[in-house]
Amino acid sequence: MKVKIALAGNPNSGKTTLFNALTGSNQFVGNWPGVTVEKKEGKIKGYTAKGEEAVLVDLPGIYSLSPYTLEEVVSRNFLISEKPDAIINIIDGTNLERNLYLTTQLTELGIPVIAAVNMMDLVRKNGEELNIERLAKDIGCKVVEISALKGEGIDQLAQRAVAIAKSGKNVQPAHRFEGCVEHAIAHIEEAVTGHVDASMERWYAVKLFERDKKVQESLKLDKVTLDHIEEDILSCEKEMDDDAESIITGERYNYIGSIIEDCYKKRVKEQMSVSDKIDRIVTNRFLALPIFALVMFAVYYVSVTTVGNFLTDWTNDTLFGEWIIPAARSGLEAIGCAEWLTGLLVDGIISGVGAVLGFVPQMLVLFLFLAFLEGCGYMARIAFIMDRIFRKFGLSGKSFIPMLIGIGCGVPGVMASRTIENDRDRKMTIMTTTFIPCGAKLPIIALIAGALFDGAPWVAPSAYFVGIAAIVCSGIILKKTKMFAGDPAPFVMELPAYHLPTVENVLRSTWERGWSFIKKAGTIILLSTIFVWFAQSFGFEGGSFGMVEDMDHSILAAIGSAIAWIFTPLGWGDWKAAVAAITGLVAKENVVGTFGILYGFGEVAEDGAEIWGSLAGSFTQAAAYSFLVFNLLCAPCFAAMGAIKREMNNIKWFWFAIGYQTILAYTVALCVYQIGTLATKGTFGIGTVVAFVLIVGFLYLLFRPYKERGGSYLER
Amino acid sequence: MKTLKEAKCGQTVKVAKIHGEGAVKRRIMDMGITKNTEIYIRKVAPLGDPVEVTVRGYELSLRKADAEMVEVQ
Repeated sequence: MKVKIALAGNPNSGKTTLFNALTGSNQFVGNWPGVTVEKKEGKIKGYTAKGEEAVLVDLPGIYSLSPYTLEEVVSRNFLISEKPDAIINIIDGTNLERNLYLTTQLTELGIPVIAAVNMMDLVRKNGEELNIERLAKDIGCKVVEISALKGEGIDQLAQRAVAIAKSGKNVQPAHRFEGCVEHAIAHIEEAVTGHVDASMERWYAVKLFERDKKVQESLKLDKVTLDHIEEDILSCEKEMDDDAESIITGERYNYIGSIIEDCYKKRVKEQMSVSDKIDRIVTNRFLALPIFALVMFAVYYVSVTTVGNFLTDWTNDTLFGEWIIPAARSGLEAIGCAEWLTGLLVDGIISGVGAVLGFVPQMLVLFLFLAFLEGCGYMARIAFIMDRIFRKFGLSGKSFIPMLIGIGCGVPGVMASRTIENDRDRKMTIMTTTFIPCGAKLPIIALIAGALFDGAPWVAPSAYFVGIAAIVCSGIILKKTKMFAGDPAPFVMELPAYHLPTVENVLRSTWERGWSFIKKAGTIILLSTIFVWFAQSFGFEGGSFGMVEDMDHSILAAIGSAIAWIFTPLGWGDWKAAVAAITGLVAKENVVGTFGILYGFGEVAEDGAEIWGSLAGSFTQAAAYSFLVFNLLCAPCFAAMGAIKREMNNIKWFWFAIGYQTILAYTVALCVYQIGTLATKGTFGIGTVVAFVLIVGFLYLLFRPYKERGGSYLER
Repeated sequence: MKTLKEAKCGQTVKVAKIHGEGAVKRRIMDMGITKNTEIYIRKVAPLGDPVEVTVRGYELSLRKADAEMVEVQ
């Protein structure tokens, strides 16, 4: 017999640990249909064979089943429409009151529930007592004591959960509300009888009482019934002097408050826990920022500068550069493989694979840090500390880490946005992270600074300034657009107690994120690398199509010439610059190398010192800075685009992000060139007018009034 | 009317009423800030906002703008 069991519980209740303990390695990670919320499924250990199977579906961590957040809606849609055979509700035993709040909602669904009170080892260690029998009676479902971390009670939980799933016996919620509320709900139950499944009458009645829009719409009740229901609600609201939604919430907590003394014995003397002591220092008024800076420095230093960089360089330069690629090339040549095929295999495919894998070691190091910071509870404190600054431009305090990592490389930077729970904040972070000049853009900065500005010391800092300004302005502009507008998710966030995460959880999270990068981002990186290789090495030469010696004759050069006019208003309508910008999509440092080849110098130094003269001849200062700005802000390299696609997990959002970045880059570069030319040469033309119009438009988007609140989070 | 926003660090206050409506109000209440709940104000973030409070035995952070919706005694 096959049963389906849902695992539900608050964030930070040890849900992931329990899921891993119950399923072991039988896991499948995907996404909930249509949304970016991750969905995990697994088979419960011990129930995989013998013709019986128990599938465990991990719901997102939620505090409630309200209609307002994505995670909650996903969870309740699953529970209502897919009707799992049972729900395992994991409860943090050290935080009973708030955790039981969700339980009171789950038991109303007409699905058998088993409550697993987790962290019982901690509860006992704290000298507190929990009477399981009484709790079971008071909440109306079976209760099991467990410690997911220590593996205590897991087998018992699995057995009981499968048993209740098979029995199909519903739970009856034990909690009751105030007299007049029950009265109104009873009336509503009568009204919906026949419209809904009998076991779910109470759930629907409570939701209709709360005026839950999503439930109202799904039931399609006639107007007479709705008016009738509304009357009941209004009279109850009048009696309780509150709105219906708040009445229910308050009543649930009142009930929990009334049972908690019955089954839970608190330690008599309140003393400071270890977590409190840590928090006193870590988020201290004066120490918080220095400690934050130190932690961030450590993360950056290890994952970008030292270990991560070393591993990436080793993968790129030694593993692929010295071993695999030369070996493959000589091997292919030895067996007499055609030149074009060797090129395709080595320069196209193997280099493409290398481009994907090159990022992986660095990313794993970073993910290791992130998993640890999340697991130990510090990530929530980062949001707490940085919120004040970031929320002004529609970002989360947690956006700091992606931006910081973005200084080194945008790919892990974008991937680091995974730690932001809020969908809107995360999308905004993904879109803006690559504006920060990454390590690969430094050679372009050095090239432009050296060739046109005499190595002026202001050029490099100005690039970072442009990047930060782009983030701030984009944040403000985007949060006012339709795609992002509406209710900012309330920053009402739990600060979980500090604890050491388990090695298994940290490693598992690291691996899952790394693997999802390889799988989801890898394809786009590989394909685009192959395409550019092909366009670069093939073309018409001497009247026939084939591999070209001279890049001037390649397809890429043809494409460059064809699109060069687009960049004329930006001051660099030369096809060479267009081609350089395209190769920059493979990797930004290629821009310098491409200029080297196109100006006939072959291999050039990293800052392209050899071509400074040629470049100075074909660019004006304004044009060069415009070229720099465009390359800093436009669509990032293919690898970062792959990461963006992976993290957006939605093709429409992916193109929106890339399109926005490119349009912004084009606009800013155009203004830089036109205004720069006006300032230095006094040239005034159509372009200058367009630039001023664009600036006015930009300022309008930046300062236009906008309403901060209103509308549900999901109606956008 | 005194709100949670005005309460000082180290104080314990009792919730009188939650104002406002919709998602933010529901979220505040879902997290356990309901009528008659006791709230202990632990600290203010280094940059002045948000605040950290203890409610129902756990730590919660909320912005001052949202704390203003919570009327306290």
